[in-house]
Amino acid sequence: MSGHSTYQPKSAFTRWMDARLPVGRLVWDSFVDYPTPRNLNYWWTFGGILSLCLGVQIITGIVLAMHYTPSAAGAFNSVEHIMRNVNYGWLIRYIHANGASMFFIAVYLHMFRGLYYGSYKAPREVLWILGCVIYGLMMATAFMGYVLPWGQMSFHGAVVITNLLGAFPIVGETITTLLWGGFAVDEPTLKRFFSLHYLLPFVIAGVVVLHVWALHVVGQNNPTGVDPKSKADTVPFTPYATVKDGFAMSVFLILFATFVFYMPNALGHADNYIPANPLVTPAHIVPEWYFLPFYAILRAVPDKLMGVLAMFGAIGCLFALPWLDTSKVKSMRYRPQAQLYFVIFVVICWILGVCGGKLPDDQVIPGLSTFKLFDSELNSYVWLSRFATLYYFAYFLVVMPVLGLIEKPRPVPETISSPVLGDSDKKD
Amino acid sequence: MVDPAANAANPSGGEDPSRRDFIHIAAITAAAVGGAAVAWPFIAQMNPSADTMALASVEYDLSKIEPGMQVTINWRGKPLFIRNRTQAQIDAAVKDDTASMPDPQADAERHKDGKAQWLVLVGSCTHLGCVPTVGGGDYQGWFCPCHGSHYDTSGRIRKGPAPLNLAVPEYAFLSDTKVKIG
Repeated sequence: MSGHSTYQPKSAFTRWMDARLPVGRLVWDSFVDYPTPRNLNYWWTFGGILSLCLGVQIITGIVLAMHYTPSAAGAFNSVEHIMRNVNYGWLIRYIHANGASMFFIAVYLHMFRGLYYGSYKAPREVLWILGCVIYGLMMATAFMGYVLPWGQMSFHGAVVITNLLGAFPIVGETITTLLWGGFAVDEPTLKRFFSLHYLLPFVIAGVVVLHVWALHVVGQNNPTGVDPKSKADTVPFTPYATVKDGFAMSVFLILFATFVFYMPNALGHADNYIPANPLVTPAHIVPEWYFLPFYAILRAVPDKLMGVLAMFGAIGCLFALPWLDTSKVKSMRYRPQAQLYFVIFVVICWILGVCGGKLPDDQVIPGLSTFKLFDSELNSYVWLSRFATLYYFAYFLVVMPVLGLIEKPRPVPETISSPVLGDSDKKD
Repeated sequence: MVDPAANAANPSGGEDPSRRDFIHIAAITAAAVGGAAVAWPFIAQMNPSADTMALASVEYDLSKIEPGMQVTINWRGKPLFIRNRTQAQIDAAVKDDTASMPDPQADAERHKDGKAQWLVLVGSCTHLGCVPTVGGGDYQGWFCPCHGSHYDTSGRIRKGPAPLNLAVPEYAFLSDTKVKIG
């Protein structure tokens, strides 16, 4: 994609360096001269934003680890110590805690972008799968990080999630014991979670390098889904993409700062300011918002093992997507029917998120009494999550394979520059 | 690689391919066994440590528990329920012995003989390990707030996603008012 390097070392030092370790050339070729499709819209700025998020989490995390005590007796108090005594500790902790949410907002938008514009389709399958791996690592990291304050939600969240693995027959109990380092979530669990929570962001950074590498091999997708054919289809990364990314980052940081300074606990749960008590589970236990859709899928299935498999399967679908989508057209800009199913899919993900935060037997429409279907009232969040779960899987397993074969897409432009310079499609 | 021409010229010399194969297989096997031997302690360290395994058993004085009341104590880091059941609660549990349940068990199997009022249970929901609240749910036994599992007054799962009844730990009565768990 990048073709021949145009890097010209200007000083004697850069020439000397270029012959020994061409870092300058790598940066020039990757982030300055690198050709980007000329029609990238703002949905393409989340890659840069996500790199920023990872950097923010690592820097604030390293600082927090300097003041944190990873022990059952000391963890909660050390977090309060950070909040009350450490200079600017409140700021750094709020940035880290809200930073996790910002990270997930950005990653979900980045993923929906990929879904809509077919960024997972050949030749970007490996690029997409590496992204899914990063997402999986992010979830593991976020989960373990949430355990560290050792509040009520931390503790019982850890109990529930680690018990998920106990659902697997034969090996389940061995795995949970191995994970806990005891017979329940306790001191050894907290200590290993802290160690791994510190490790995983660097693993993520490593996979990000592979993700960007794969991106630079196959080149960026773009809103038309038509790969660049000539120089007329591209612009250099700098200044075009750097400035656009920079502007998007600034807007994103305004949102970030709004949470940090004006509503730092809005995305958290009040119960996590109660020290962990193994003998009492909070009346209403919920994971962080970014896990709620998967939590709803877990609860939608009445059988324990099947629920766990459905939850992991929901993430597994993403990995298989490059081979599930049979459409020859990449971008949904030219697939009107797929657009409809996509919009429903986004709404369904939102609905699952809402369901995950409610009690299963709560009424969706207050006051409306319905009949009992199998184990619960039809007018309940558990049934709503069942219908939504059904659509979630149908989107990947039915709509994507079948629609690609039967739909009639709109005409796709020959090149990127033809619709831009020409007349036709001004949509999006 | 063995040069076939060399071997043809000198049939007794050169290297026997099967001997080289043996060295390859032996070296790879040794490396695999060595790798596994090194990995073993790094995985095994995650299992419960010796002090966690050396669990003290818990003794509890039952005289403090009024009929209808439950105490929750910490046992192996998990909550343990000791419930003094009323006659009505015992009757309700016995009456349901024949009802259809996910994990069928008679009430008599869940307490010590002649001690029907004392129910000793591990207070972890068999679904995902939350602590059920006493007296709640459709069967007045326990209700798990996490995912809505209903247990009856014998601690048997009746409704919801949990697959098994609340576990009965090993325990023994030391006297009429003293119980030893573990």
